[in-house]
Amino acid sequence: MPATPDPASLQPRPGLRFAGAALGLVLPLLLALGLELAVRFGVMEGRLTPPPSKIITTLSGLVASGEWFSHAFATLKRVAFGFGIGASLGILIGALSGAMLLVRRLIDPAIQALRAVPSIAWVPLFILWFGIFETSKITLIAVGVFFPVYLGVLGAVLAVDRKIIEVGRVFRLSRFDLARRIMLPATLPALVISLRAGLGLGWMFVVAAEIMGASEGLGFLLIDGQQVGRPDLIIAAIFSFALLGFLTDWLLDHATRPLLVWRDDLSSSEGA
Amino acid sequence: MLKLDAVSRVFPGGQQALAGITLDIAEGEIVAMVGGSGCGKTTLLRLISGLDQPSAGDILVDGRTIDGPNEKVGLIFQEPRLLPWLSVAENIGFSLHHLSKAERQEKVERALLRVGLGGYGARWPRQLSGGQAQRVSIARALIAQPKVLLLDEPFSALDAFTRAALHEHLIALWEAEQPTLLLVTHDVEEAAILADRVIVMQPHPGRIFAELTVDLPRPRDRLDDRLHDVKRRILKALDGSLNDAQSTSSQNDAAAFWW
Repeated sequence: MPATPDPASLQPRPGLRFAGAALGLVLPLLLALGLELAVRFGVMEGRLTPPPSKIITTLSGLVASGEWFSHAFATLKRVAFGFGIGASLGILIGALSGAMLLVRRLIDPAIQALRAVPSIAWVPLFILWFGIFETSKITLIAVGVFFPVYLGVLGAVLAVDRKIIEVGRVFRLSRFDLARRIMLPATLPALVISLRAGLGLGWMFVVAAEIMGASEGLGFLLIDGQQVGRPDLIIAAIFSFALLGFLTDWLLDHATRPLLVWRDDLSSSEGA
Repeated sequence: MLKLDAVSRVFPGGQQALAGITLDIAEGEIVAMVGGSGCGKTTLLRLISGLDQPSAGDILVDGRTIDGPNEKVGLIFQEPRLLPWLSVAENIGFSLHHLSKAERQEKVERALLRVGLGGYGARWPRQLSGGQAQRVSIARALIAQPKVLLLDEPFSALDAFTRAALHEHLIALWEAEQPTLLLVTHDVEEAAILADRVIVMQPHPGRIFAELTVDLPRPRDRLDDRLHDVKRRILKALDGSLNDAQSTSSQNDAAAFWW
């Protein structure tokens, strides 16, 4: 069609887009530079507010000695197990609860009541039940991940368009095929969102679990830094959490994108 | 071959949507149902397709009672209702899951060509226009080779040109396989140009008011005087159905019609 403008001209130019992203870096970089200069010229003392150069030195020291990797691995392992268990249970129970009215009537009120308990409140009980080692930590993370995933999946199943389900009925799909060929793809976008929300909470609760008592992990570095009075160590750990949290979320987002290219909403248009 | 015997449907709320519909449709016949809104046309199609159950009466296809969705009965909805996560080709082949991939591909390819969408197989539904999407949904229903194809105002959301083109498409497809077609519409011209027989419905509760036979050869010309005659006859019957409905209901619930 001649009236259609060239799609490339509808996109912002790459150079402009890059400049837009760079604009967001100006404020944090200025702050970092200001702190660095203030400490360097003696305006600030810097013991409790370590300048960026100090943090970078600490972080690269941790990486060079390999310590960073063993802490990060310990934390990642806990998140992976907790997220895996919590998300699987959330998907399974959420789907059952969404698909069967009886199941929903039976378990949803209890789950909603448990959801009202701040998950950290379980910690003392989990320590009594599961000891102070990995089991109680992973359980806490799994509990934290379970609720957003359960809620997201339940909501997604209940929101599947009746008209689309009727298409499946007209073509005489079995209950199993209806779940596999209609319900699963129809709920997939919401499922991915709830998994990402769950992963975010997983990272939150791993910090809580490691602060309560651990001998390794990034959360241990936080407490260690506090006890030996090294704010640079604390900030290095905080940076590591931000980095890993961002990376795992990015991975989840991009790994699921090929499954969702069919969407006809804002997410499918470039630059959204 | 499609037989309705005193079919009634009462909604769960107690409202009677259909009362005593009796109808006999021959194999390969094209029947159009027209009527004002609320006369239960869509409800009737849902009963024949097996999506809903009649409150009383029987629906038979080839002598067998319909008690659920049936392979002999296909339904084309008012909206295309394509599955957005499947490509056009996968949507059309949706009912052919039992076939091998090669067989399925071949059939889908042929179906695409027949509805004039050759080369569109790899597209997503969101990339289609309204008329193209409805053609895909027609191909999806036809590929299962139903003996009865039910169409629920399938062209009502399209512009006049697209609608006219799809009428020709539909007739061409019908000539190839000769399924029995039951078409619900509120477009009098659509009924006149497509149908062998036109059933005029009457609302509150939905029932048959009149039957007209359209005895014109195909292909039919929209400008033909005889077609205009048919349209006039249908319109007249429609008028009668509405006036009749109004006069019977005006005594008890005239207030309901004030708007």
